Amino acid sequence: MIFSLDLLTEAVIFGVLLGCFYAAVSIGLSVSFGLLDVPHVAHPAVMILGSYFTYLLANQGLDPILSGVILMPAFFVLGVLIYRFYYESFEKRGSEAGVRGLAFFFGLAFIIEIGLILTFGVDQRTVRAAYIGSSWELGDYRIPYRMLVAFGVALALTLALTIYLSKTFIGRAIKAVAQDQGALRLMGANPVRIKQWAFGIATAVSALAGAMVIVVGPVEPSMDRLYIGRTFCIVVLAGLGSMTGTLASGLILGISESIVLMFFGASWAPAVAFGLLLVVLGIRPQGLFGR
Amino acid sequence: MKYWISVAVILVLTLGVALSPVNEYFFFAAYFVLTAIALSTAWNILGGYAGYVNFGTPAFFGVGAYTAVVLFKWLGAPLPVQIVAGAVMGGLLGFGVGLLTLRLRGIFFAIGTIAVIFIMETLMINWRYVGGATGLQLVRPPVSVPFDTYARMLFMVIAVVAVVAVSIARYVQDSWIGRGLRAIRDSEEAAECSGVPTLRLKLIACVISGGLMGAVGAPMPMYLSFIEPASTFSLNYTIAALGGSIIGGMSHWGGPIIGALVLSTLQQIITVTISGEVNVLVVGVLLVLFVVLAPEGVLGLFKRWLRSSK
Repeated sequence: MIFSLDLLTEAVIFGVLLGCFYAAVSIGLSVSFGLLDVPHVAHPAVMILGSYFTYLLANQGLDPILSGVILMPAFFVLGVLIYRFYYESFEKRGSEAGVRGLAFFFGLAFIIEIGLILTFGVDQRTVRAAYIGSSWELGDYRIPYRMLVAFGVALALTLALTIYLSKTFIGRAIKAVAQDQGALRLMGANPVRIKQWAFGIATAVSALAGAMVIVVGPVEPSMDRLYIGRTFCIVVLAGLGSMTGTLASGLILGISESIVLMFFGASWAPAVAFGLLLVVLGIRPQGLFGR
Repeated sequence: MKYWISVAVILVLTLGVALSPVNEYFFFAAYFVLTAIALSTAWNILGGYAGYVNFGTPAFFGVGAYTAVVLFKWLGAPLPVQIVAGAVMGGLLGFGVGLLTLRLRGIFFAIGTIAVIFIMETLMINWRYVGGATGLQLVRPPVSVPFDTYARMLFMVIAVVAVVAVSIARYVQDSWIGRGLRAIRDSEEAAECSGVPTLRLKLIACVISGGLMGAVGAPMPMYLSFIEPASTFSLNYTIAALGGSIIGGMSHWGGPIIGALVLSTLQQIITVTISGEVNVLVVGVLLVLFVVLAPEGVLGLFKRWLRSSK
């Protein structure tokens, strides 16, 4: 293990970029699991589905990030359908939704993953764009442009969602549904429709997140498994449903993973998110920025 | 009594088949089916009785397998010792994970168990002694009499493990542990308020379940004469254990047997006739279909049919 201040600075810079990217891929889950309490373990699988659709559009000559934005309405509808199905089959029946709801989303993740393997094969897929493959020389440090693009989009996404949830009428309604569904019903609002809308937004955001995943690196169908750890780690660490907390936790994970990557090697990096997740669950399950 | 007579009959029949001149492929397929039955049965002790979803089947299974490899490489320990040690390590892992996450809601336990799979896999990838990421070839000791081949002997071994697993699951279901776990599943708050020691019961169930999964994993390296992290910690074991229980029915120890038997036989047929990917896809689709349309599993369908034909 070689330790030097230079390497540490480089690890931290890369960690900040990586952390914002991680926050962006988790923010959909922060809404669906954090606010709506849906055990959405298929969130990373849906996101990787978004990466593959981005791959298809980008192959037609479109910019990958733009492709992600184009996919958002379709994914919104997909999200509404998934929630509707989940609600009718599990939430409405109430009893024992725990085991079955989880099994449902786990099965869904498997179906998406195997579906992708059957359609695209197990090979890694990449997209092409001007900012992929080159990097920005900043003194002694080299920062890949693809990370900068992901960083910018991630910040914009987090900011937009934070403002949406706190300033708009429907955003506040979503927060209200997370706090007290019964009270909302007494006010004459329909919590199911609000949750359906929120789940749609969360899924639409996953499409853009998926586009970022394929911009940052090559994508393969079974990649969602690693992101289960990263996304849930961030959402739990943030304290369920906190958007700014999601950004902060993303940074914590990104920097720790980057430091481990730099000083211990790539084979240890996947364990960081999962280890951190277990520690948080054991010590502080309400998260750092919990309500 | 009736149960123990049927157990004896099944074991004698298994031995008979293992010594008969049946085609080797049968034992290959049967090993897979019996592994699935034992894993589903073990999963159901916590998942079915108490309603806590464990996605970490491969972690416990893998810990058992790697314990066996270490004992074999280090001391040349015989198979029964490997299996007992695998069970102990699986149980310890269950205790550790349970202590960290069983205090929380079920969803957190479920995610925690996914984390354990990847942590164990990373540890094994970085551990040179057991072969790291590339894996380790094992030289098997000569097969014990009266069996002709390894496939036949291990078929018998895994059958015994499966029978032990089912017997333990049956005992747990009818004992005070099972009653407590059912109370937890129906309403954890109500159980806690009426004096049920919920955390202790959940921990007991998690240790038994994890220990059994470890025991199932232990003979696997001998069976393949090879071990490697990626396939040992494959999520396919998760879906097999979960699918078997849910498709069969989670409220009775018979459910996972039926579910795993149906599911893994179907998987074997599909693997041979179509492909390995499609067989996992079918399990996923069946799992979702059952969870939505027949939440009580095959057992529930059967009970409904009995009631309507009366």
